[in-house]
Amino acid sequence: MRALVVDDSRTMRRIVAGILQGLGFETHEAEHGAAALALLECGLEVDLACIDWNMPVMDGLELVVRLRATPAWRAITLMMVTTESEQDKIVRALAAGAHEYLLKPFGPEALRDKLVLLGMIPAGVLAGDLA
Amino acid sequence: MSIAPDTFAFVADLVTRRSAIRLEPGKEYLVESRLGPLARERGLGLDEFVRRLRSGAADHELATVVEAMTTNETSWFRDVAPFAALRGHVLPLLRDSGQSVRIWSAACSTGQEPYSILMALADAPRTVEIVATDLNEQVLGRAREGVYSQLEVNRGLPAAMLVRHFERVGAHWRVRADLRSRVDFRRHNLMDGTPPGPFDLVFLRNVLIYFDLPTKRAVLDRVARVLRPGGFLVLGAAETTLGVHDGFERVEAGGAVLHRPLPGAARAAAPGLLPTPARTFPVPVAPPPARRTDPVPSTPQMRGLP
Repeated sequence: MRALVVDDSRTMRRIVAGILQGLGFETHEAEHGAAALALLECGLEVDLACIDWNMPVMDGLELVVRLRATPAWRAITLMMVTTESEQDKIVRALAAGAHEYLLKPFGPEALRDKLVLLGMIPAGVLAGDLA
Repeated sequence: MSIAPDTFAFVADLVTRRSAIRLEPGKEYLVESRLGPLARERGLGLDEFVRRLRSGAADHELATVVEAMTTNETSWFRDVAPFAALRGHVLPLLRDSGQSVRIWSAACSTGQEPYSILMALADAPRTVEIVATDLNEQVLGRAREGVYSQLEVNRGLPAAMLVRHFERVGAHWRVRADLRSRVDFRRHNLMDGTPPGPFDLVFLRNVLIYFDLPTKRAVLDRVARVLRPGGFLVLGAAETTLGVHDGFERVEAGGAVLHRPLPGAARAAAPGLLPTPARTFPVPVAPPPARRTDPVPSTPQMRGLP
């Protein structure tokens, strides 16, 4: 499985990518929505995108809308990973086409649980298996 | 910090007598992490605190100690498959006599399991009644209140369920009143029979692993008796009745594994009677779920749940 981590914080990208790698994902990183689109337009294929909301150049919600509007990218599972915890923000992201929503801060188990929900990893992968 | 052997022995014995949960040697860290804070709150070291309990000078603290030792972490939709299959696959298997579907969520801790069941069955065509029990009064209080931190709602709760069934209360999230009012939370010790049945489904997940074999058998006997004909037991992903109780058959439904009592499954034991510790059974103990290898749920996407 391949994942794209989109976040303007380098530290955050490293944390998310590290957890995903511990779960067997090959990871790629982009610092905002436009950079993510550029990677995909160049032929990068991913199964999962973990997307922050507030980023410069192109924010996460805009990225979700663009990805859902493009047939070639519709199979990508989209998960918002953000500090935006207002109920209406979650509703907006889901309505735009995000499949899941993970609130920062979170532990490795929470990301693992979301991926189990999405059917991307088996339920039997324990938190202890995480790097 | 390490605890004195007699401190551990006393706590292990107390917990086993009060809850049937066995604390094997090697679990000293659990005693330290659970009881250390209690002792510190009282201005004592752990060994000193336990010495007071042993002397009988703090009998009023015994229940608190047992509660602290038996609280367990829990997440929403744990293992996914049992919940994903509930509405579409499990419900149609239950006999419809025109009554509500009655479900017992045993050892429900802070309530994630019964609320997950209700959320999974939110649009089900039949009415659902849930009795949720736990030994620990403190966690039951939290379950009834239905207030969870952001870290807790992050644990396995689909975002669509969060916005549908919860409301923000400051930095926390609270289960909406309509869902809360549908769970009957009760204090109950699995050693003391069952809550008033009968039930169509009994969720007894990741509980039996803490019991010795005779206790597992006694609990399963009672479950077999309290299930309606055609009802099912739901165990944890790594648990089985094999080698523990031969009165159940395994049934798969939509990726969930269910256990159905065979006719006459509970005849062996007298109602409510626990075997004495001296009684032994020549059957192997089920392996502990140290590393689970259960397969990917056959319902791979929870996006549409239910």
